[in-house]
Amino acid sequence: MVKSKRKPLNEIMGSIQAYSRIFNIGCGGCASVCLAGGQREVNALNSEITAELKSQGLHKQIDGYTIERQCNNQFFQGLDEIVQKYDCLLSMACGAGVQFLAERFPTKPVFPALNTISIGIDRDIGLYEERCRACGECVLGYTGGICPVTRCAKSLFNGPCGGTNKGKCEISSEIPCAWQEIYVRLKDQNRLNDIRKIRPVMLWQNQVQRMTVQESYRQRYAQS
Amino acid sequence: MKSESKLEKILTQGIFAFTGELGPPRGSNVETIREKAAYLKGNVDMVNITDNQTAVVRMSSWAASIIVLQQGIEPNYQMVCRDRNRLAMQSDILGVYAHGISNILCLSGDHQQFGDHPNAKGVFDIDSIQLISMVKQMRDEGKFLSGDEIDTPPKLFIGAAANPFADPFEWRIQRLAKKIEAGADFIQTQCVYNMNKMREWIKIANEEGLTEKVYILAGVTPMKSLGMAKYMQSKVPGMDVPDEIIKRIEGVERKKQAEEGIKVACEQIEEFKQMKGVAGVHLMAIEWEHKVPELAERAKVLPRPQV
Ligand code: SF4
Repeated sequence: MVKSKRKPLNEIMGSIQAYSRIFNIGCGGCASVCLAGGQREVNALNSEITAELKSQGLHKQIDGYTIERQCNNQFFQGLDEIVQKYDCLLSMACGAGVQFLAERFPTKPVFPALNTISIGIDRDIGLYEERCRACGECVLGYTGGICPVTRCAKSLFNGPCGGTNKGKCEISSEIPCAWQEIYVRLKDQNRLNDIRKIRPVMLWQNQVQRMTVQESYRQRYAQS
Repeated sequence: MKSESKLEKILTQGIFAFTGELGPPRGSNVETIREKAAYLKGNVDMVNITDNQTAVVRMSSWAASIIVLQQGIEPNYQMVCRDRNRLAMQSDILGVYAHGISNILCLSGDHQQFGDHPNAKGVFDIDSIQLISMVKQMRDEGKFLSGDEIDTPPKLFIGAAANPFADPFEWRIQRLAKKIEAGADFIQTQCVYNMNKMREWIKIANEEGLTEKVYILAGVTPMKSLGMAKYMQSKVPGMDVPDEIIKRIEGVERKKQAEEGIKVACEQIEEFKQMKGVAGVHLMAIEWEHKVPELAERAKVLPRPQV
């Protein structure tokens, strides 16, 4: 899922500075799952903001509400009226959610309260690891289920480079070399032939904004 | 001949090659390039011009290559995958050839995190093996990566790097084989300090018939001091400095450490001259260019052939 992390308080304070009625909207989807922007985090941020305002001797109205997801229009419906009472919106969703919220309420300034980090997995509670860069051309089939685009610091398709150091990546002794792992896994599966062939250049699909139309819906969108 | 490269002529004639290296300045200072080049001229067959090495901004390698060429020295234009996409790479390749450069070394490049702009966006559009095959396609088929025709293809002698010391050791030979298959004509290795491992690697390369398909130049970098030896051992990724080298440098008094480093380098070069499968030595005297005349003399590789 999409992993995100809260922005520093002073950055958020900076963006809401000029407004006095602030509505903080959480997201019950990925942002909530990764403990960055669900109901709990909305409440926590709002109390932090309130405390900070108090210490500065300021007063603003700040309320919060969490909707099921900010990446689907249907969940915005209930907000139409209430949003009008505020002069700016904070979004605790990923970048996609922030944009969709801003699109839904084009006259309201919308500010992100999170930084969107990655598509990742849960290593543990509150510990997430990036695993996918959404390149649009999945190569995991020949790399033993280890993504060279995401996990190799140089996104090599014919690795490893000469910098690999005792199984670690040249950029840090803490980060495993993805290509070392690919090698070991394929060797164990007796599949080294998969990486013996030269992998030709990647035809990058993610250089323009992509629209996904599922096959079963092609007809439907072709007509409109 | 695949190119007009002097290195290619030397290697095909079976002469033991001796190449050097020059790092462009951190500025537009042409004089420093000329000064360094003067030490290399006549003492090496070709000079590698590094491309923002260690991810630190320097004068572009193609520009410095041209300056070196004007000094009457054959440059080996280094190109890394970190800073350019496939368009920029192909246009630079055309550009250097148009200026009379005949050699290219295709590298991944050190990660930007090491350098002076650690938050730069790394390009890595294609990798070093893909770069090798792209240069080969441009040269031999006269076609861009897109398949479009090139008007006057760049006839470059294609080099690649190999690190016999990085993990996984067994895979290093496969990777060499991939680079040869991609189109590498010559290989310059990582600085060699672990001679045992080097012997083993070359032996396998010989057995696999790889040394018949590619010319391998062994990388040699003399240690200037104990500090440098220790730094190379612990801080430089992919470098394998055995303790015995450290002990040797440590065993002499401080003022004589550089001398000891040169001795080690000369002994290595002597061994490489005899080593089956090694076609030459690539001397990387980093910021020690003024020592190259002495090194070449003492390594008994002079005079360099006129071909
Ligand atoms: S050390 Fe491994 S993970 Fe790091 S850049 Fe090189 S091949 Fe990629």
